[in-house]
Amino acid sequence: MAILVDENTRLLVQGITGREGGFHALQAIAYGTKVVAGVTPGKGGTKALADSGSGVPVFNTVREAVDETGANVSVIFVPPPFAADAIMEAADAGLPLVVAITEGIPTFDMIRVKQFLSGTTTRLIGPNCPGIISPGKCKVGIMPGQIHRPGKVGVISRSGTLTYEAVGQLTALGIGQSTCIGIGGDPIIGTDFVDALRLMNDDPETRGIVLIGEIGGSAEEEAAEFIKANVKKPVVGFIAGRTAPPGRRMGHAGAIISGGKGTAADKIRALEAAGIAVAASPALIGETLKERLKDKG
Amino acid sequence: MKIHEYQAKQILSRFGVAVPRGEVAAKREEARAVAEKLGGGTVVVKAQIHAGGRGKGGGVKLAHNPAEAETIAGQILGMTLVTHQTGPEGRLVKHVLIEEGLDVARELYLGLVIDRASGRPVFMASTEGGVEIEVVAAEHPEKILKEFIDPAVGFQAFQARKLAFGLGLDAAQVNQAVKFFRALYQAFEATDASLAEINPFVVTKDGRLLALDAKMNFDDNALFRHPDIRGLRDLDEEDPLEVKASQFSLNYIRLDGNVGCMVNGAGLAMSTMDIIQYAGGRPANFLDVGGGANEEQVKHGFEIILSDPNVRAVLINIFGGIMRCDIVASGVVAAAKSLGIKIPVVVRLEGTNVELGQKILRESGLNFTVATGMKDAAEKVVVLAKN
Repeated sequence: MAILVDENTRLLVQGITGREGGFHALQAIAYGTKVVAGVTPGKGGTKALADSGSGVPVFNTVREAVDETGANVSVIFVPPPFAADAIMEAADAGLPLVVAITEGIPTFDMIRVKQFLSGTTTRLIGPNCPGIISPGKCKVGIMPGQIHRPGKVGVISRSGTLTYEAVGQLTALGIGQSTCIGIGGDPIIGTDFVDALRLMNDDPETRGIVLIGEIGGSAEEEAAEFIKANVKKPVVGFIAGRTAPPGRRMGHAGAIISGGKGTAADKIRALEAAGIAVAASPALIGETLKERLKDKG
Repeated sequence: MKIHEYQAKQILSRFGVAVPRGEVAAKREEARAVAEKLGGGTVVVKAQIHAGGRGKGGGVKLAHNPAEAETIAGQILGMTLVTHQTGPEGRLVKHVLIEEGLDVARELYLGLVIDRASGRPVFMASTEGGVEIEVVAAEHPEKILKEFIDPAVGFQAFQARKLAFGLGLDAAQVNQAVKFFRALYQAFEATDASLAEINPFVVTKDGRLLALDAKMNFDDNALFRHPDIRGLRDLDEEDPLEVKASQFSLNYIRLDGNVGCMVNGAGLAMSTMDIIQYAGGRPANFLDVGGGANEEQVKHGFEIILSDPNVRAVLINIFGGIMRCDIVASGVVAAAKSLGIKIPVVVRLEGTNVELGQKILRESGLNFTVATGMKDAAEKVVVLAKN
């Protein structure tokens, strides 16, 4: 069992006729994901990725795509000015899971999206994230599939390539992954650490969890409290940005120490106080987890 | 993106926020003319730089008449103002704001930011004006009043009244305050601001409410729909290398160490800085060339890192996921050749086609040190930077 995406996922790609959307849809298909539909307003009735076997039918609206193909997850590669609208359209069509890859969505757009989603049953992952993968089953996003390996460790992260780094270490140590979720580097995201931890904690197949945070906000502190109160599985943490200067936005819109709040030191302290092993160096994430799994037998 | 106080006041005043009468001046004679236009009485001369603490640094002064305004403006214009926010190098003052002097009865605080945990804007108000809000938050958190704003309906009058009464304003002032607060929220939302801070928000002895100071920051991701605000960017306030990097869509932040680094992805780039320090060195910069680095980005990244004279060695850390390592390696070689790089470069590649990528680096005839893993890479580059 994996969480959120698996062999039953029927994927819809919003923005499939764009460069990024098309490229990553092909990668997903190559990984074995069932890509059943694409949506690009105005290109309904055509086929995308025609050079890959039978091609993928394109629809004008998400509603139409869902009705015709039974799609149950959407991944969004729509440019920032139109991405909030695309997320809301997917929620309006009743999709239970929407994964927004797009980087650069205005914060106020996301505030309105969160408000809109609160009246629906849709779960949003991202935006500004690599997506979600259940190794060996389904890949929804931009992560390189081949570095993963099926197994029993869940990975939750605010970052993209740093997650690949951690996954690469796990795989090299022979530790497979149940599901890896990139929750996104923006200040306002759909699924936060606590939401993702709750899912991993309830998943019987997931035996250990890696949590990769970074400076900015207080999501790691909230995760630490949740873990202390609810999670019995071994958890290993890492926080990026110990050397980040205050007041500067470190690449991700959400990675900023403001008013002395959101430092790596505070987050590490909170995680350690909750009994979580925090890797001192990014090169030790895999090793630290291996040790914890050994301790727990 | 940051803007100057006078620009923030111009924006706020368009939305109906009350600000003192005043104008900006770039020359001492202009300062005098503004002071005369304001009635010839007492004015405040305020240095315009993107940093707080201007008063303590000597950048805000009172002038009792237009002649004195000219003299003081002459002293402040062209000075390098050092405050606790500018760093020791300070900032050159190119503009001063000349404003009417006010008889202030009370100094209060107003601030609007996005609360990440709730995903909503929050309006803060405090009786502790003129003090940094972080200090108030640390010492007297109970003195910060907060109203969270429902994005569907906006900031409501009852919320504004709660804040106004909470600040101890009298009945007549509350009506004025409600108008002021709601105009401030409108300006915040309409411009996609990330911060709007009025500190101090003053009550004058004759009962008027005004924004004595004003600070606005904007969401970079929303600037595409605010060309007017984007036009207010002052490149002189930014590090020249950071300005250059932004022209190539590179995320570069200059630091004070001597190990340059170039990484794909923000989280990995921060971790690379961290592991350089963990290995006993000091990072010279943060540089994220983007999740899918290409040759052009790598070349521009190199140019920018090498423009920093403190850099003694460079670490390139690329996790080639979708982007194959052999392509990244060819890009690094091409960039290093065309730039004639003299200092040592350590390259760590991981991901698809890593062996082929490493082979390309080794056979390039250039002075690359090929590392395996982040730890090895950091240790190697720190040693090379010390030689």
